[in-house]
Amino acid sequence: MSLFLRLLFRNKLAGLGAVVLGVIVLLALLTPILPLHPPNATNTASRFLRPLSEGHLLGTDHLGRDLLSRLLWGTRLSLAVGFAAALVAGLVGAAIGVMAGYFGGRTDNVTMRGVDMLMAFPYILLALAIVAVLGPGLLNALIAVAVVNIPFFARNIRGVTVGIAHREFIDAAKLAGMGHTRILLTEVVPNIVPVVVIAMSTTIGWMILETAGLSFLGLGSQPPQADLGSMLGEARSALITAPHTSIVPGVMILLIVMSVNLLGDGIRDALDPRLRSGALARPMATTRVERAQTPAPKGEGLLSIDELETQFHVGPRVYKAVNKVSLELRPGECLGLIGESGSGKSVTALSVMGLVASPPGVITGGAVRLEGQDLIGAPYEVLRSLRGRKVAYIFQDPLATLHPLYRIGDQLTEAIRVHEPVSHAEAHRRAVRLLEDVRIPNAAARINAFPHELSGGMRQRVGIAMALANDPDIIIADEPTTALDVTVQAQILALLDDLRRSRSLAILFIMHDFGVVGQLCDRVAVMYGGRIVEAGPTAEVLAAPAHPYTKRLISCVPELGGGRRVLAAIPGLPPAVDRLPDGCAFAPRCDKAQPDCRRGEIELEGRARKVRCLYPEGAS
Amino acid sequence: MGGYILKRLLSAIPVLLGITVIVFLIMAMIPGDPATAILGSYATPENVARLNRHLGLDEPLWRQYFIWLGNLMQGDFGRSFALNRPVLDEILDRFSATLILAGTAFVLCALMGILAGVISAARQYGLADKAITFVVILGISVPSFFLGMMMILLFAVQLRWFPVSGMYSIWGGGDLPDLIRHLTMPALALSVVATGVIARLSRGAMLEVLRQDFIRTARAKGVHERRVIWGHALRAAMVSIIPVLGIQAGFVLSGAVYIEMVFQWPGVGRMLVDAILKRDILLVQGGVVFIAACYVGFNIVVDVAQAWLDPRIKT
Repeated sequence: MSLFLRLLFRNKLAGLGAVVLGVIVLLALLTPILPLHPPNATNTASRFLRPLSEGHLLGTDHLGRDLLSRLLWGTRLSLAVGFAAALVAGLVGAAIGVMAGYFGGRTDNVTMRGVDMLMAFPYILLALAIVAVLGPGLLNALIAVAVVNIPFFARNIRGVTVGIAHREFIDAAKLAGMGHTRILLTEVVPNIVPVVVIAMSTTIGWMILETAGLSFLGLGSQPPQADLGSMLGEARSALITAPHTSIVPGVMILLIVMSVNLLGDGIRDALDPRLRSGALARPMATTRVERAQTPAPKGEGLLSIDELETQFHVGPRVYKAVNKVSLELRPGECLGLIGESGSGKSVTALSVMGLVASPPGVITGGAVRLEGQDLIGAPYEVLRSLRGRKVAYIFQDPLATLHPLYRIGDQLTEAIRVHEPVSHAEAHRRAVRLLEDVRIPNAAARINAFPHELSGGMRQRVGIAMALANDPDIIIADEPTTALDVTVQAQILALLDDLRRSRSLAILFIMHDFGVVGQLCDRVAVMYGGRIVEAGPTAEVLAAPAHPYTKRLISCVPELGGGRRVLAAIPGLPPAVDRLPDGCAFAPRCDKAQPDCRRGEIELEGRARKVRCLYPEGAS
Repeated sequence: MGGYILKRLLSAIPVLLGITVIVFLIMAMIPGDPATAILGSYATPENVARLNRHLGLDEPLWRQYFIWLGNLMQGDFGRSFALNRPVLDEILDRFSATLILAGTAFVLCALMGILAGVISAARQYGLADKAITFVVILGISVPSFFLGMMMILLFAVQLRWFPVSGMYSIWGGGDLPDLIRHLTMPALALSVVATGVIARLSRGAMLEVLRQDFIRTARAKGVHERRVIWGHALRAAMVSIIPVLGIQAGFVLSGAVYIEMVFQWPGVGRMLVDAILKRDILLVQGGVVFIAACYVGFNIVVDVAQAWLDPRIKT
């Protein structure tokens, strides 16, 4: 609760709304004991007095009645009516929703059809029809507004109830022989109440607005009694000669409804867990860079990553996803980057072109050099012109990574045309050829398909074709086969290997196990807890892993025809990168760990074969 | 696509029937005896009975409903006793004015709302986003009739940019520029609330879409950020914005009642309020059924637009 209040008041506007609404409600409550003129006492001698007149702070209306007094009494009435309408709509709607949701079947069907019918009416129209039947009057306006809002509550609460009605504790209560009434009252209703209260708090502003509207039309409160809406309605004829009689009640309605809305928004936001975690932030066009110093270039090669540090800043927490990672990729080479999920391998790959979601991602150090040019902190336009043209990506799940509403042909031609000003026809021709290159049969027809019309393997071929569109030097493939069937996996891998050789592509291949490394990669690097723990030529690492983690990771891979070997899962969980332990991050899961493994910094040592371990395998 | 449209049209039939049932039942709940209301309290019982028989009110309720429905289908909405003319004629006379007002307001709120929502999302937590968010909450909190009155004070009385009220000038008006001058303020006032709601939902939809993987793919291809936002993201967000447009169309259509009162616009809304105050029940009944039917028709258009935009919907 205190967390809720803190979140609520962190939102300054919601706090302001709470204060304004509090003052208005207090004034409305105190109205009967305040020293005011009687609200209905007419005095034709002092009609239309301006505000700040002697004895009349806000002036008088067309019958010489004191506006301040009428305003406060009107506010009292409007608040009461709005609140009552919300209460009635909430209670009746919730009751209907609970019944429909709990009993389901026929009851549900019939009720919800009725609710749908009511929702087929334009809102205010239905209220007008009801007032037409009941006749003008404040109580009738209240009923009309409440009835019109019942479907909204019924529908919401039904949804929540359906969710609850199928939970275990309801089944348990039924088995215990409890009757429906008792289950509803003791098990269902207590779970519904918060939802109803929140829905009411967000709709009460509407209710006030709508009853004011009906009163404004002359269908609500009848003279001499006046709520804010009918004050405005009566003042309309004198709008031009005495505008203050309209402005006073109008501004009050605005203040009430606005403060209710601000407060309601604040409550809703404070209860939304996604907002709390910052998950609703939208990623920017490039990753944010906050780099203190640039490391001197030391690696050569086409792409060299030097001491890259990428972090996620979520509230007060700092997740060190990539922690001083250095890699280099030579022309035409395939480098495998291996690690469990959460080891930082994808973040490393996305950092290259500034594609890490930001917020919350921040690149805090290191350099990424493409042919000697540092890309970290490069201007957006520089990065954009390199993306797809020099360095292209293939992502994991092609259903999520292709635009669902564009034809694949359009997505391919777009990839070409953002970097090269070719005609539509030429781009189309090239797109067909690309699809043929990735061995999509019947490419000329498939090019008009939408992603959902293709199989998973075909979609990934489209993803690869898109990466090839501008003949890049480097392809970064982020687990491109993980979402696919095993047979399709093999085809895609074979395709990538062919393309690499025929086009002399350099590939940074990211994967979560050693399963396919041997087929494809010249060298591998193993990541754990945001760091490289071992690197070297593939054959050597596979034959004699030096880091205990690498060894365990290799022994996780089943071997075809390998006989009855026990597949050893690694005990424990990968480390949380916001609370990394001192020393070796793997030490807590390592059966060879010594006390000094948990102290100080352990360096990555060696030249062609590198390992970050005090007691590497094989060395005794 | 043609099949889908047909299917959608057929599914509207039960909804339309449901609407007539609800309207009929609401109207049947009117207390008192219509014949007495028409003839006055001095009428003889024989006259009342004769009129009841003449109006078909001595029939059972369900028969009355089917007679009424049969008449509706033949375009006979009954006769307004206050205006002494057929209800449908009166509605049709007034409806074009409401359609011009509500249609313009709807186009305005759709354009401005989506524009504001996209800018707001693209600049999340920036100055533009904060400004738009504040204006939006102001917009959805202000009663449209009060806003209309304030616009009259400022733009018609003080600045004299626009006429105070009405649809055409009494002298020498009647052409399109004259209509536009009269239309500007009421259409704006009517669109404000819906603009706010659409802006708010568009912002949310855009933020949701901008976190999707295919946006990252577009950026990884080197697509310009402007095109990522206004092309890739907006196109995908439209799938959730379109249904909101459908709902808001209903609010605009029925909210026209207030605006027509404030600006003396000769539309159906004002006719309805007058009819309610005069207890001209047949006119209310006909007007409500007519507008609700129009709204159902518009929702079919929205659904078809949705299916056209999203190829994943089975047509």
